[in-house]
Amino acid sequence: MQTTLTQNRQAPLLSVRNLKTHFFTDEGLVKAVDGISFDVRPGETLGIVGESGCGKSVAARSILGIVERPGRIVEGEILLRREPQNGRAAEIDLTRLDPDGREMRYIRGGEIALVFQEPMTSFSPVHTIGNQMVEAIRLHRKVSPRAARERAIEMLRKVGISRAEHRVDEYSYQLSGGLRQRAMIATALSCDPRLLIADEPTTALDVTTQAQILDLIRSLQAQNGMAVMLITHNLGVVAEMADRVVVMYLGRVAERGTVDDIFHNPRHPYTQALLRSIPSVESTPRVKLPTITGSIPHPYNRPRGCPFHPRCPSFIPSRCDQTEPALGPVGPNQEASCLLYEGA
Amino acid sequence: MLSYIVRRLLLSVLTVWAVSMLSFAIIQLPPGDYVSAYIAQMQAMGTLLSEQEAANLRILYGLDQPVYVQYLKWVGLAVQGNFGMSMEWGRPVLDVIGDRIWLTLMVSLSAVVFTWIVALPIGIYSAIRQYSLGDYVFTFIGFIGLAVPSFMLALVLMYLGFVLLDANIGGLFSVEYADAAWSLDKLWDLMQHLPLPALILGLAGTAQMIRIMRANLLDELRKPYVVAARARGLSHTRSVLKYPVRVALNPFASTIGYLFPYIVSGSIIVSLVLSLPTVGPVLLKALIAQDMFLAGTIVLLLGVMTVIGTFVSDLLLMWIDPRIRMEGR
Repeated sequence: MQTTLTQNRQAPLLSVRNLKTHFFTDEGLVKAVDGISFDVRPGETLGIVGESGCGKSVAARSILGIVERPGRIVEGEILLRREPQNGRAAEIDLTRLDPDGREMRYIRGGEIALVFQEPMTSFSPVHTIGNQMVEAIRLHRKVSPRAARERAIEMLRKVGISRAEHRVDEYSYQLSGGLRQRAMIATALSCDPRLLIADEPTTALDVTTQAQILDLIRSLQAQNGMAVMLITHNLGVVAEMADRVVVMYLGRVAERGTVDDIFHNPRHPYTQALLRSIPSVESTPRVKLPTITGSIPHPYNRPRGCPFHPRCPSFIPSRCDQTEPALGPVGPNQEASCLLYEGA
Repeated sequence: MLSYIVRRLLLSVLTVWAVSMLSFAIIQLPPGDYVSAYIAQMQAMGTLLSEQEAANLRILYGLDQPVYVQYLKWVGLAVQGNFGMSMEWGRPVLDVIGDRIWLTLMVSLSAVVFTWIVALPIGIYSAIRQYSLGDYVFTFIGFIGLAVPSFMLALVLMYLGFVLLDANIGGLFSVEYADAAWSLDKLWDLMQHLPLPALILGLAGTAQMIRIMRANLLDELRKPYVVAARARGLSHTRSVLKYPVRVALNPFASTIGYLFPYIVSGSIIVSLVLSLPTVGPVLLKALIAQDMFLAGTIVLLLGVMTVIGTFVSDLLLMWIDPRIRMEGR
């Protein structure tokens, strides 16, 4: 615990500043990510929560520089910091790198790794697990194929896959969903990344397997001190795993703060509504859970002003539908973008 | 895996047997037989055949016997490698077909190779650069290739060759080699003549293959395993070539089987126009004359080739797709 505290005082590992990733589709402009900012500190777990389509995954792909066309990062900075060595800069802006260039490819998989939600199709159906792991290892390490294979087997063991020396030659469809996600994590961690982006890593898995995978991520994080950016719509997972939380709504940050502040003292009406809609042991049986009224606006027609105003219980007429709120402090370690607190 | 291959081989033999029966039956289907076609031909030239002569001819060719007897006799000889006499040519069927079957194979194979060499890269390019100028241009050319009948293209190219190069670009051999025995020079001559028929016969298939490759690859490019490969640090080109292209190759491998008969039957008119010594024109004439044994043998050979082609494509599929390999276990 002491180490995490000292680490938290260090400069952030990754700083996202006013990132905007837009999709220029034939039907119109989709502002999937529209000016988000957050930091990831070394060794911590940052939870990013929001409903489907709020831009969580696009944010992750923007960091890795693998946004598919017609999407494009139009503004903002993604700063990656590292110990200055070998003539490499201590701080680089990932948005300025050629997405398919050598430097970006070195970072991708080597320094920032990605695990995402489709364990069923995250491995090629016609290549063995080992083939893809060895490929990843040899892209970032100058090792012989034999050594890379040894490393792959060692990683599979580390994520709790039994008979790893056999599994390494199997195809993904021969493994269960949980095993595939373990293999995915093993692949992602095989080059010792400093940041693991886990995009809905447990969504497609059953509850028992979910808990195992989360435990696995936590224990691996404790072993090698990497930072984890956990993207999920599951508030329970966030409460259990994250140190700090960013709540996203329609491509923007609604609120951010420590996990305690967000869960015990949520300030943004959206966060409050989200938390009310979680079932708990104390809730009265046979009574409907409160839901957030309305639905997420269509991405082509974002509401004017605060994007949440049409669904907001604390809507202030002729103010929330006119002015777009900026992120401002609402506590010592907590910020929200809501006009209720602006100027307060 | 071995049991799978053995099972496939046994099934292939069964299929060939069924093909031989069917082809024989279909050739028998039109009213009349070779003798009545022959009588009509003679009449057209002013000679009348008597009833007696016609009956004698029927006995000579065994046409007076029931169909199944004719079939059994034919098959009985065929398994010994003797396919009987061609009624029209008055020579053994194998003599008539002779080199033609191998030349047909050569022409078809080069058409297939041409199709693949052209269609694969263009299909990949069109998928990666979807809706780019190049994609539209190739799509346009592809549809023209699909829409223009190949015999028409053959005629146009022959005309151009004649007018511009003052050369007859038809045929598979130069005049001096046409009847010569096989030699290295003759083979080289053949190689020089192959590209044009390959291009003409392959063009329609090429257009189709480009579309298939493009559609397949577009499906695969969006799959998470491609994103995962990119996220591991693979370059865009390598992540595309190693993963989705490999998966999108399946339909290419599985079409080898039917490409062959498709090209042979589609090439009859082109072969006539270009005067290619392939089996296509012979088959056409044999069918018109109801020359049963010749036509039956050609159809049977095509059937055998198709079965072999399908078998080869199954083996190829097993090789490139482990999921199919596992099913066979």
